[in-house]
Amino acid sequence: MSGQHAFAAALLDPRKMCPPGLISANGADPQSRFAVYRNNVLSSLINAMADNYPVVAQLVGEEFFRGMAGVYAQSAPPRSPVMSDYGDDFAGFIEQFEPAACVPYLADVARLERLRVQAWHAADAEPMAAERIVEALSSPTLTRHLKIGLHPSLRLLQSPFAVVAIWAAHQQKPPVVFEPHAAQNALVLRNDLEVEVFAISHGAHEFITSLQQGLSLTAAIEAASDLDLEPTLASLIRHQAITHLLPEQVTQ
Amino acid sequence: MSNLPFLATDTRLPPRAGLGLKAEHFQEVLQTQPNLGFFEVHAENYMVAGGPFHHYLGRIREQYPLSLHGVGLSIGGEGPLDVAHLRRLAALIERYQPQSFSEHLAWSSHGPVFLNDLLPLAYDQASLDRVCEHVDQVQSSLKCRLLLENPATYLAFETSTLDEPHFIGEVIRRTGCGLLLDVNNVYVSCVNHNRDPLAYLDALPLQATGEIHLAGFAEDADSLGERLLIDDHGAPIDNEVWQLYLKVLEQTGPVATLIERDNNIPEWEVLLAEARQADLLLNAAGART
Repeated sequence: MSGQHAFAAALLDPRKMCPPGLISANGADPQSRFAVYRNNVLSSLINAMADNYPVVAQLVGEEFFRGMAGVYAQSAPPRSPVMSDYGDDFAGFIEQFEPAACVPYLADVARLERLRVQAWHAADAEPMAAERIVEALSSPTLTRHLKIGLHPSLRLLQSPFAVVAIWAAHQQKPPVVFEPHAAQNALVLRNDLEVEVFAISHGAHEFITSLQQGLSLTAAIEAASDLDLEPTLASLIRHQAITHLLPEQVTQ
Repeated sequence: MSNLPFLATDTRLPPRAGLGLKAEHFQEVLQTQPNLGFFEVHAENYMVAGGPFHHYLGRIREQYPLSLHGVGLSIGGEGPLDVAHLRRLAALIERYQPQSFSEHLAWSSHGPVFLNDLLPLAYDQASLDRVCEHVDQVQSSLKCRLLLENPATYLAFETSTLDEPHFIGEVIRRTGCGLLLDVNNVYVSCVNHNRDPLAYLDALPLQATGEIHLAGFAEDADSLGERLLIDDHGAPIDNEVWQLYLKVLEQTGPVATLIERDNNIPEWEVLLAEARQADLLLNAAGART
């Protein structure tokens, strides 16, 4: 077993003694100095999680959050030096983390916060001018097989909890009261440089999901139950979520 | 490998003070255009597809020289370098044309796991050969000269046969890379390992210094209750570190100097004041040479 292998294993497992062969010039117990590295690694990973999951941390309190994130970090250390991706599967971990079971909506709030980070760093794309979209959509000959291209940052989340309301309540200081037990669908996207989060209807969720899957406008409308089409399109336009329309002749 | 160009067609960072660029300062920098020699960014933070990080860095780069500082390449690692990570670095260098690229004499990855810390390595012949191979690989794939940063360490290895400054000197001699001299790390390591910081500096090839880092440390105690300094970048620069910096400048002349602050980040004005302090010392060093 290599030196760094033992070093790395002991960093992530506090039950392990520090590896042999370590010394300190003043004769101090190497364990006390190894502890600096162990603490650096764990606290840096917990801090990275705290940066990415601020509402989850508020919901359970800082002490609980740091404990939970620490267990996560030890069981699932990063696999890449690109730390913005770290913690992608934290929501799944939370679902299995029994001490958090009394906060049933915690995992979905984590999912929403992860989508916000993804939207924040997603690829850039120019939104299409509102007038051009309206013009194209008003032409009945073109509209039938039109495909709507959505911004790369756009993300959707379906939850049995009021995930948007819970998140929004924690954007106030101090957080305001919220009612968690009502199903909500979230739409997350980056509009210019700001990440936006808002609730959408079930029908709008189905419709936008179909558009993301590449269905034509007509097919997406047919696939959605109970869709209020005009306000949904107006909202997508207002939030600069539409980047292009296909077929090409209308995007010139 | 000894005649590699610096980045951006052989330009270098200006011999001025610079600051680390944090997301919370993006707008302030663009609005106030502070009088600074350069900005430094952690490369890994910009390995994202789009969004505000690239938006602001692109604009700030139009107005300031840039130092690209990697924290995840694991040059001191026992395993091979991550070529996907090298490709990401190459893309950033292509996009932003920084005046300098630097990394650490440390390891941070093992197998598939990234440990998000700068970990110490044994200084022996095998690790020297491996580090030199890695530095050669970095320099040839990024087509630029690397500045290698001396580490802050809390432990040493029984198997080490070279002391740290000689190890670094040998890497620089064999690969033609430059030195990123972190004066705080010199002080922290010397206190932690009962070494004389001036003797440590004397043993380094200071003429290879392409950039200097200054930062603050935290104080802890080891099992004997003795002073153990932690390189946490979370405090103002200590007076002892400023004193060492002066000694360094006597030998190097003015060199681009970064004020590093990654934790307990104070008001922007406080950071600017530390940068002005460094600029004063750099000016004085320039007047002497």
